[in-house]
Amino acid sequence: MENFPFLSVLTLTPLVGAVIVALLPVSAAKDAKGRNRADEAAKWVALVISLLVFVGTMLMFFAFDKNGDRFQFTEDYTWIPSFGTEFAFGVDGIALVMLALIALLVPIVILASWHDGVGGKRSVKTFFALMLALETCMIGVFAVTDVLLFYVFFEAMLVPMYFLIASYGGPRRQYAAVKFFLYSLVGGLFMLAAVIGVYVVSTDQLGDGTFSFEQLTQLDIDPTTQRWLFLGFFIAFAIKAPLVPFHTWLPDAGGQAPIGAAVLLVGVLDKVGTYGMLRYCLPLFPDAAVYFAPWIVGISVAGIIYGALLAIGQSDMKRLVAYTSIAHFGFIALGVFAFTSQAGTGAVLYMVNHGLSTGALFLVVGFLINRRKSSQVADFGGAGKVVPWIAGAFLIAGLSSLALPGTNSFVSEFLVLVGSFATNKAATVIATIGIVFAALYILWLYQRTMQGKLNPEMPKMRDISLRESVVIAPVLVLIVAMGFYPKPVIDVITPAVNFTMNDIDKKDPAPEARDEARSSEEQGDEAKSGAQK
Amino acid sequence: MTPTYYLVLAAALFTIGAMGVLVRRNAIVVFMCIELMLNAVNLTLVTFSRINGTLDGQIMAFFVMVVAAAEVVIGLAIIMAIFRSRRSASVDDANLLKY
Amino acid sequence: MLSLLWLIIALPLAGAAVLLLAGAPPLRRLGADKWGHYLGSATVGVSFLLAVGAFFALKDRSDRHYEDQLWSFIPVGDLQVDIGLLFDPLSAVFVLLITGVGFLIHVYSIGYMADDPGRRRFFGYLNLFVAAMLVLVLGNNFVSLYAGWEGVGLASYLLIAFWYDRPSAATAAKKAFIMNRVGDVGLAIAIFVLFAQLGTITYDGVFSNVDDLSSVTITVVALLLLLGACGKSGQFPLQAWLPDAMAGPTPVSALIHAATMVTAGVYLIARANPIFSASETAQLVVCIIGAITLMIGCIIGCAKDDMKQVLAYSTVSQIGYMFLAVGLGGPAYALGIAHLLAHGFFKAGLFLGAGSVMHGMKDQGDIRRFGGLAKYMPITAVTFGLGYLAIIGLPPLSGFFTKDPIIEHAFDRPGWTGWVFGGAALLGAGLTAFYMTRLMVLVFFGKKRWTDDIKHPHESPAVMWWPMVVLAVGSVSAGYLFYRGDALSDWLAPVLGEPHEAATHKIEPGVLTATVIGVVVVAALFAAALFWRGTALQEQPVRSPFVIAARRNLYADAFNEAVLEKPGLWLTRILVYFDSRGIDGMVNGLAATVGGTSSRLRRLQTGFVRSYALTMLFGAVAVVAALVAAGWR
Repeated sequence: MENFPFLSVLTLTPLVGAVIVALLPVSAAKDAKGRNRADEAAKWVALVISLLVFVGTMLMFFAFDKNGDRFQFTEDYTWIPSFGTEFAFGVDGIALVMLALIALLVPIVILASWHDGVGGKRSVKTFFALMLALETCMIGVFAVTDVLLFYVFFEAMLVPMYFLIASYGGPRRQYAAVKFFLYSLVGGLFMLAAVIGVYVVSTDQLGDGTFSFEQLTQLDIDPTTQRWLFLGFFIAFAIKAPLVPFHTWLPDAGGQAPIGAAVLLVGVLDKVGTYGMLRYCLPLFPDAAVYFAPWIVGISVAGIIYGALLAIGQSDMKRLVAYTSIAHFGFIALGVFAFTSQAGTGAVLYMVNHGLSTGALFLVVGFLINRRKSSQVADFGGAGKVVPWIAGAFLIAGLSSLALPGTNSFVSEFLVLVGSFATNKAATVIATIGIVFAALYILWLYQRTMQGKLNPEMPKMRDISLRESVVIAPVLVLIVAMGFYPKPVIDVITPAVNFTMNDIDKKDPAPEARDEARSSEEQGDEAKSGAQK
Repeated sequence: MTPTYYLVLAAALFTIGAMGVLVRRNAIVVFMCIELMLNAVNLTLVTFSRINGTLDGQIMAFFVMVVAAAEVVIGLAIIMAIFRSRRSASVDDANLLKY
Repeated sequence: MLSLLWLIIALPLAGAAVLLLAGAPPLRRLGADKWGHYLGSATVGVSFLLAVGAFFALKDRSDRHYEDQLWSFIPVGDLQVDIGLLFDPLSAVFVLLITGVGFLIHVYSIGYMADDPGRRRFFGYLNLFVAAMLVLVLGNNFVSLYAGWEGVGLASYLLIAFWYDRPSAATAAKKAFIMNRVGDVGLAIAIFVLFAQLGTITYDGVFSNVDDLSSVTITVVALLLLLGACGKSGQFPLQAWLPDAMAGPTPVSALIHAATMVTAGVYLIARANPIFSASETAQLVVCIIGAITLMIGCIIGCAKDDMKQVLAYSTVSQIGYMFLAVGLGGPAYALGIAHLLAHGFFKAGLFLGAGSVMHGMKDQGDIRRFGGLAKYMPITAVTFGLGYLAIIGLPPLSGFFTKDPIIEHAFDRPGWTGWVFGGAALLGAGLTAFYMTRLMVLVFFGKKRWTDDIKHPHESPAVMWWPMVVLAVGSVSAGYLFYRGDALSDWLAPVLGEPHEAATHKIEPGVLTATVIGVVVVAALFAAALFWRGTALQEQPVRSPFVIAARRNLYADAFNEAVLEKPGLWLTRILVYFDSRGIDGMVNGLAATVGGTSSRLRRLQTGFVRSYALTMLFGAVAVVAALVAAGWR
């Protein structure tokens, strides 16, 4: 089992699936229920492929040895030997949990988008082919251990997502898609420059230039160069994540994207930013990371409060959820740059949990939009009476978003805050105040849409359908299950985070009071022994 | 052998061609002028080849001729197509591809 | 028996899960609407029996301390958070109170909610609340406490907004949750400080190492814990949510907003007594907040006309007494817990009585519209009356035995603060007697002042009145049990320290007791004389700014609205504008600049082939000229 080339197979399977879906013949034939046969076939192929990937990922997840090497399931294939770059795959605990998240979310998203393209002018099968192509890029970006290959996947992700937004999105989809694409591309250019910079440095130090992550971490780059290269990577990741003030593309893209793409955009694509900070910025440029940490913690905390306040002020549900994510990304970045094992583990866990909780929120919002044909908060009101089960799902997703104990997000938010308190007291205190705002935006949204008097303008809406239950149930179950028993996931993440902490040469601070007490005791002992002499 | 006469002739041909391209409107004439410029270059190439006693220039000239032949085929076809649709062979009329 | 402790929590939790999921379409044919309320009551009932068993098992243990690690919750590096249970005298009394009173209120709700289509959901939420509250008191570390703390907040939110189509209920629920969250921030930061300082968050680990902490840290931690306690217990300055929470069904008010959840703050301070006892400042602040809140509650209680609002403010004020007690520290910790237990009985009974009255009066709550009900609802009147006598503190009912010693200890506090706190407590006792008598008289005695649509007010069914009877018996007897030989103080000694009598009293106990009883009786008689004639139908004339202020909740809501809500709303609006015009404006401006520049540059593309050719020529000439100029040969 351990020798099966999981990562390359998992990366390629959706791509093959995408090609199959794209090559399916177009026909106008209808089946008994009046559905287009070709479209139905495309959907089922996409779903089956994504489920295969899910099964494969789960097998890999359980075959992963959490106490083993840093990178497991490693594979190397030649690509461009003269540049010292190769198809190098390998995952640590951080990437592994992200792969599990992707593999889980994609089938759910495909099922949730089942009827999205039907009846529209756009091709249904292209939609699902793009979804699968996106999955390949997403898996690739987390599964590689070669910096150049990472960059390639990092940019390639944009393409399917661009078409998903620009072809299948809301009324302002063109604007949103172009903004998303250009913003990310600008970030990517900074990163490309830094990637080349790292290569040049490695040529100087090792003789032969390399892009291999593990070899690059061995480099000893001088601090000034580190700072510039760090900034190159960091700007790309800060745009991707997005951190304030690089965030304005997200509400537009998240608000205009079709719901399935929005889930993947906010749930997974944006995580590449925070993942990159932890997996690339920190180990490659440890000194620079420490140097810039106070600033980044500053903008993270600003983002927590700023994103939350803006979420309160939104009148569109999808934009609101997008702004809550900006606040959550602030928490994740705070955890990454706190440099303690608790905060780091919390940040990674937060990435997974945020994918689940925001994914659930987007899905439920999508259910509502499908029924009401509007994403404006003001168009709802008292809907809980009409669609109680959707309201229930909404509430659970919302409670997870506000990090209530018993839901998954509590564990990660607690870890981030408790871990970063040791190193950044003031920032953590301000960030903690953010949880009040979180309660405010979620509960106010819930009140305006689900509670109160029934809005007379709402059409007759039917409650959750069987397909929608199948979509949302696994996410909600995971939200609760990981709220009560997060240990299996934490155990996978913590060793990988500890490797990273070693890379930047940081240790968890010892308890302060105990430390002082111990040192004063020791001093007392010395004084005694001195007296004896 | 002095190359001066050949080179002066080539330069003169090239200049005539260039001026023709710049001042004439008829696409066919412009086309002819381009051919003139190419042949001026060919003459130069062959001249230097002869002076240096290597074949490089002559081979190059053959390449130019082959490319010019291909160019004639495509260029004339385009001119024909334009003439059919616009009833004019003036290059100034074919100005759709602008800002 | 103690090894079954986890079942006490698991049963109501399972009940909640079953009840809430049983409404799903595939499960609907199970008919949970028909048996759900029995299941909900049964889980809590069995939990109570288990708790009684565990109580006796604990009594047999010499150290009266039982811990059980269930599973590892958050293990990262030094931070090892386990889900663990701690059963000691303090949690034992809480578990008994929660499951006991909880069971009675579940039973009562079977009748009270009989006509509500959402009864199954209601019982699901109630079970969820009981489970969360048990997690709060049974946890052996601060994270479990926090989890239960927010869990009860959620249950409270769900239950206040149970009739979620009423805008006032939805708003009240949101207000409750958010004001609670403000307190939770304090609790959370306290946990962070403890972990950063001590590297542990278990009760054992923290309390045995309090000496290692610097005095500033202790005070900071204590004040942060106090912030959490204030939020949950509706104490000044976070008291405004509790009266609004009465928008929920009455059994909810009885269970959550009177007997159990709102007393969690007192539990927290009592549980963290090693921290509070180590900081003079923190104790003083607890006392001040207790005293202020008890006065606020009394003053507003006198001015309210809604039956549940009066009771809500009396809850605020009674919890103020408890805070005062635990703030005094030492032997008064046990007094605070004693008053909490007694209050759990009589206030739950009073609320259930109020529910019974409203049930019979078509859900009206305005006490000016009642009167003379004693004749029509004898059982309610008697049980309510016993609760009333208990709360105003007349001997030999429970309130007397718990409140009188608190007043005594408040006076005994050294220095002038003793006089202030003692005076406030004494004045509060008088005011309590006044407004509770007003409530009692206006509802049950005097002339009928009913609205026209009510012809025959009726007594509630047995399933509703027998819990009231049990609670009434409890409120009569409970205090006396505590009083007998300091049974409760002795029982709690392993947690709160050995009780010891103060050497000297500022005021002789006998004299003080007589004074308290005198004040209470005079205030009660005054109120009775004032309201017996039943002239209350007319709005009482506004005599002074003081009365206006009391009617408007001492401007707490107005303050919140003017200082927090309005500016907050404006801030979000300004930020939204800033975000779309400022930050996004910069992004779009950059895009527009690039676009504008290129649209000017594209003018060069004229479409005239010959002009391109000229450009090329100039370019070629320029290159050649440059090469020549550079000395190329």
